[in-house]
Parts: sequence; C-alpha cells; structure tokens
Amino acid sequence: MTNMRLSEAGVDQRDIKIQAKDVNVHYGTNQAIKDVSVDILANTVTAFIGPSGCGKSTFLRCINRMNDTIDICKVTGQILLDGADIYDKDIDPVQLRARVGMVFQKPNPFPKSIFDNVAYGPRIHGLTANKSELDQVVEQSLRRAAIWNEVKDRLDAPGTSLSGGQQQRLCIARAIATAPEVLLMDEPCSALDPIATAQVEELIDELRTNYSVVIVTHSMQQAARVSQKTAFFHLGVIVEYGDTSKIFTNPEDQRTQGYITGRFG
Amino acid sequence: MVNMTELSTHHGSTASRARLKKRRAAETRLKAYGIAAISFAGLALLTLLWSVVGKAGLAMTESYITLEVPLTAAEISEDPARADYDGIVKDALKVRFPSMSGRKDRRELYGIISGGANFELRQEVLADPAMIGTTGGRRLLASDDTDLYLKGAFGTLRVVETAGQITVTGEGDAVTLTSSSDDFSVQLAVVKEALLVRARILHRQAARQDNGRAVRTAEAAAATDEAVRAVKLSEALAYGAARDVLIAQADDLETRAARPGGEEDMGSDLPSILVEIGGGWIKATRVADNRLTGDWILPGDAAAGAWTLHVLSVPEDARKVSDRQVVMVETLRSDGVVETTFNTRFFTGGDSREAELAGIWGAAVGSFWTMLVTFCIAFPIGVSAAIYLEEFAPKTRLTDFIEVNINNLAAVPSIVFGLLGLAIFVAGIDILGVRIGGFVPRSAPLAGGLVLALMTLPTIIIAARASIRAVPPSIRDAALGVGASKLQTAFHHVFPLAMPGILTGTIIGMAQALGETAPLIMIGMVAFIVDVPTGITDSATVLPVQVFRWSDFPERAFEARTAAAICVLLFFLVAMNALAVFLRKRFERRW
Repeated sequence: MTNMRLSEAGVDQRDIKIQAKDVNVHYGTNQAIKDVSVDILANTVTAFIGPSGCGKSTFLRCINRMNDTIDICKVTGQILLDGADIYDKDIDPVQLRARVGMVFQKPNPFPKSIFDNVAYGPRIHGLTANKSELDQVVEQSLRRAAIWNEVKDRLDAPGTSLSGGQQQRLCIARAIATAPEVLLMDEPCSALDPIATAQVEELIDELRTNYSVVIVTHSMQQAARVSQKTAFFHLGVIVEYGDTSKIFTNPEDQRTQGYITGRFG
Repeated sequence: MVNMTELSTHHGSTASRARLKKRRAAETRLKAYGIAAISFAGLALLTLLWSVVGKAGLAMTESYITLEVPLTAAEISEDPARADYDGIVKDALKVRFPSMSGRKDRRELYGIISGGANFELRQEVLADPAMIGTTGGRRLLASDDTDLYLKGAFGTLRVVETAGQITVTGEGDAVTLTSSSDDFSVQLAVVKEALLVRARILHRQAARQDNGRAVRTAEAAAATDEAVRAVKLSEALAYGAARDVLIAQADDLETRAARPGGEEDMGSDLPSILVEIGGGWIKATRVADNRLTGDWILPGDAAAGAWTLHVLSVPEDARKVSDRQVVMVETLRSDGVVETTFNTRFFTGGDSREAELAGIWGAAVGSFWTMLVTFCIAFPIGVSAAIYLEEFAPKTRLTDFIEVNINNLAAVPSIVFGLLGLAIFVAGIDILGVRIGGFVPRSAPLAGGLVLALMTLPTIIIAARASIRAVPPSIRDAALGVGASKLQTAFHHVFPLAMPGILTGTIIGMAQALGETAPLIMIGMVAFIVDVPTGITDSATVLPVQVFRWSDFPERAFEARTAAAICVLLFFLVAMNALAVFLRKRFERRW
C-alpha cells in the first residue's frame, strides 16, 4: 500500500453502470460463481482481487458474455448494463461486446498491421463514414492508449512486431476504438515488465474519465494503485466489496484481512 | 529409512559412471539406427530414381531416316488428302534396297520405318502443296526397334580386326569366304563354348533320366508281384536308353568342342557374324578357323579385296531387329541419312499403339482436367465442412460421430470410391423410382474428378481442421472481444491464418489424387484414347493410368516410355509438394 497516488481521487456518489444480481456460473456440474451481486460504478476503476481459481476472471467474462463461447458454461442471475439485462434474449452478444470492450491477459494483437488492428472494430461496426474519420479514430485510440508516439511512423508494421508492453497498449487501443462504455481488463499486466506495467496503469487511470474500468489483478499493489473500488473474491463468492482505501486499510472480513496481508492466496 | 545425504555420494561413484556410460551408449546406438534408417530410405529413393531415369533416357530422343521420296505419282496431284502415302514410303524403301524382294525381306525392310511415317508425310504434303511433283529427301520417322538399335539397346555392331586376304567363292546367295589367316578362330571358340554349355544341359537331363532308372530298378527289386516287376524293369530300361542317347549327344558335342579347328553351325542363339565386302553384307551360317559359309543379305562386289568383319554380340533371338535390318540400318547410317533428335513428340502428342508415336500430353491434359474438377469440388466442400465443424458446430455426439466417420473415410481403399463413382455418377441408381446420378459420361475427367474429390475430401477436411485448430484461441478472443460475430471471427481472422495449412493439406491431397490409378480404372479412364481432351466431358486418361497401360505393353520402347511417363508424373508430384512447402514457409506466422 505504498503508492496511493492514482486512487486518491475521491469516489463520489456516481451512477451505477453495471449491476449484477445473484449471478451463478456453472461449468458443467462445477459451480464457479455463487450468488455474486455487485454494483459497478461509472467512471470508476473497479478491481477484482482474490486467489487463483476464485472466479474473478469468470465473472469478468460474464460481463461481456465471452463465456458464451464455452459450451458447458451456464450463467444464471441478472447482469444489468444501464438497467438492461445483458442476458436478455433481445440482447445480441456481438453488439454487447462492442459496448463492453475487453483486454486479455496475454497481449493478442491480430497478425495484421498496427492500423488494421485498431481499425478492425470501427470497420465491422461501421462507426466511421469514411477513411479520414477512420484515421482519426485510430489516431485518437492510439493516443488514448499512450502508444501513438511510438507507432505513428510505422502504422503499417505488423502488430506482432511490437514489444510486449506496446502490444498490450495496442490491444487497449483496439478495445477503446469501438467506443465502449465499459472496459474489462483480465490481468492486463501479468505478462509485462515493471516499466510497461507502470505505463499501462497510468493509462488505466486516464481511461477512467471516459469509461468504467473493471480490472482483474493478482497484484494487490496494482489494485491499490489504480482502483477506487475493490471486490475480493474467494471460492466463487464476493467476500467483501467496497472502497479500495477501506479494503486495504480496514477490511471487515477476516479472509480479506488474511489475503491482503499475504497470509494466504 | 533412506539417508538422503548418503544417497548423494552416489553421484560420481563408479556405479554412476557405469550408468552414464550405458546411457551414452544407448544414445549413440539410437543415433546410429536413425542414420541407418535414413541411409536406407535414401538408397531406396536413389535406386528408384536411377532405374526410372536411366530407362526414361531411351525415350528422350527419336530417330529419323532421310530417304529420297518421289511425290510425283498422279494420285497425289489429283487428291493429296487421299493418296496412298504408305505405298509411297514403301516404294522409297524398295528403291533404296532393291535386293529385298521376298515377302519376309520386304516386311523387314518396311519395319525400319515407323508405321506413322506416312501420316506425317501426308501432313507435310498437305501443309506445303508445293512439294507435290518433286522428289527430294524426306525425313521419315524410324520405327521404335530401329530407334532402339541406333541407341545401342540391342548391342552394338563391333568391328573385329582381321589379318588375312579374303577369297569369296560360291554361286547365288550362298557363298564361302576363305581367309588367308585364322581370322575366325575367336568366333569359332565362342561357338564351341556354346556347344559345351549345350553339352552340360544334356548331361543334366541324362542325370535325371538316370535317376528315374535307379528309382524304377529299386521299385522292381522291391515289388512282390511279378507283373509289376516286369513293368518297372521295362520302364527302367527305357530310362536307361534315353540316358545313353543324351550322354552320347553330349559326348559328341564335347568332342567337337575339344578338337582343334573343325567347322560349326551358327545358330540364331549365338552372336551374329556379318562381313561387309564390296558394299554388300554377308551373314555367316557356318564358321571355321579360316573359313565362313554364309549368304549375301545385301549383295555386293565379291571381287573387292577390302573387307570388314563385324560381330553383334547380342544374338538375333534376343533382339527385335533382325540381322537384315541391322545391315540396312548400318548402311543407311554410313550414308549419313540417319539423325537423332530430341523427342518433342513424346511431350506434345497423345497416346498411340506405336511406341515411337506415343506421347504423354494427352494423359497430362487429362490429369489437369481431372485435378481441376477434383479441386473445384473437394476444396470448397472440404474447407466449408472444416470451418463449420471447428468454429460453429456444437460439440455433441453427432459431431463426434461425424468426425470419426470422416477419419474412417480417409482410410477407405480408393478402389471402393471407384466402384461408388461408377455406380452413382456414371451408371446411376434408382431409389423408389427416382433416378439418382448417372449424369456423367464414362472415361471423362468429370467422372474421374468427382471420384477423386470424394477420395480427397477427408484429407482436406482433416488438414483444414488441424490448421484451424492450430490458430491460437487468443486470436478468436481478441476478435470476439472487439465485437466481431462468429462469422466475422472465422472469416476475417481464423480462416486467413489457417490458409497456409489448409493449402498444404489440399495440395498433398491433390498430389495423392494425381497419383491415383485404381478408382479411375473402375470408371473407365483406362481406355485407349489418342486425342488430347479439350474439356471435362471428353474421354481422357490420366498420367498414372497411362503408366499402367504402357507398362503392360511388351515392346522395349514402351518400357522406356513408361519410365519417362513416371518421370513426368514424379515431376508434377515433386512440384506440387514443393509448392506446399513453399506456401508453408512463405505464409507461416508465429505468435
């Protein structure tokens, strides 16, 4: 809990962006998430922490229905995005994923040019009317992902030719190019070195002004540095959810206390 | 309890060194096995290539003989298209060798030139009517046997040094040549050697007769019935008599072989002795140390002093060109009218019953049309099936069942596909009064292509599925994560990334289909087709079936063409596999 600089900005009473009610997730007969209810606020970084296999990534993937791609995965309960149930029959998961972007653990740029990586989302969703608009979207996304200066001269180079940290920022640029409202990040810094991590964390804090960000992390320092809200997952349930400063300084639950002080997990 | 500290003293001990030695020996052994296996495979490949390419070499050139052909006959000027060019060519040959007058002589004479030479002459005349009425040297294609003789496939006519003066006596065809020195003793020795071989064979036959005699004698001694004994004894006597005759013959041969000098008959199973004298040729039928008895096979000036003794070590029985033809071809060769050129006909012509006219182009084009049909059917269906099964199909028992069956399909013998194609595509079947299939003409590339497509489908599906599965799931996640639909994910990202693998699999499947023979024989692509097919519904044959057909012909020249056709087929296979390797290297991506 050394550096609290990024999260010092106080959490006002903001709008609820995502509301999960009694979400249960089963993989076959195996229950991964049990009765999880959580409110995620707009323009806030929410961190999910917890030991491996506690269900935090599974829950994150429920928010943009990426779990739909796993045949044996069954989700029950409600997840409301701006008050509308995303598991409703009328909601198209493809449309939803344009509104709820995702950044993965391992940088996974397409084996195409940097420009095409970022332009892919806007193209398939028809966000831009012409080439110059697309150019602007790409530039703004790359700028927002703090990578523009590094790649502006070689937008035609393949995305896979970048370094790990650059690739991850490219993936973030790709995610924000579709103009999402929520950005889900599944351990975005686990494959990065400390310098790249610092850059991405700074980026996450900046992104908060436009998006609500949900980040899964194994690093409690990272959660403390970047988030305003923290949820502690353990064995598929949310043990404690609250302001980051409170969770890390004065947790109510014994298990949270044990985890953040390094006694288990 | 095990004391772990004590255990650590094991490392570095004698026992551990022994283990180390054993382990290294095992590794060395494994490497040696590997190298041996690779060397064996390489040697097998080399042997194959050496044998095939070596034989194919004979088919790479063809021979032409230039003869004075008079195109003056009235019938040519009347109707050049219908004139008897066969007769014209034969007349030209008769004019060149007027002494060949008997029926057999004539047949051998005409056998020098290909049966297709007159068609070529006709074509030349039709192409250039200015030739009509002129007499000039015309290039006539040599027959396959002449061609092979010229290439030395039947041995070469060797000149033997002679020392003596020759005296020719005799009337008509039969002559006796007497040399002033023992110029023929070497040839006589060869004949005597052959006599000894024949004597050995007779001795072996005599030994068998003697064996029979011994058995019958023993049976007679053992027999209790007087009548049976009498029969056995008479049989034994017969065997003994036969033995004695054989031994007498053998002894006679041995005596003849052993005595100095003497005179022996030349058989057609012995090397031919030919004497060139005064522009004519004599073939020896009897040989002594200093004397030959023989016949003129091409008349010459008997009084001429200069003479040359030729020996062709391959006996007449063992070659397709007779001594007469050899003499004629040698005469033409010394006239300087025989030429050998690169055999373009083989690469541009269709099939023929005459080896010297047969070409591979018809089969190559047939293969092309067949492969085109196969590709156009198998590739889209195979790739679609693979994409559906990998990207869209739910993993249920049904898809498992389909997967197992696709793998089974890949293991079905190709002849079964041939039968299926014959029954459904070519013949058609009636199911409850509804006619299904039967829309494809027999022997057509369309039929072959359909059958091969069935055969290639599982290969393409399996390869395509494997390469689609090899696309990392993170790419799918990334695409789905930015809101691409399943279809967009599959076609924008997964399919392009899997494409090199799919193409490699497809090319390997196509190469397999290119070399496939059995199913095409079933659907009638084994027919004799001279014309080069111009479309997928023309009758056609394909390269491997052409190889199969030619390999069935007894002619030596077809053996060479079979090997050459195999080389062409191998070339295409190697080219396709090289393309597969190139595509894989060129478009391979790393993540």
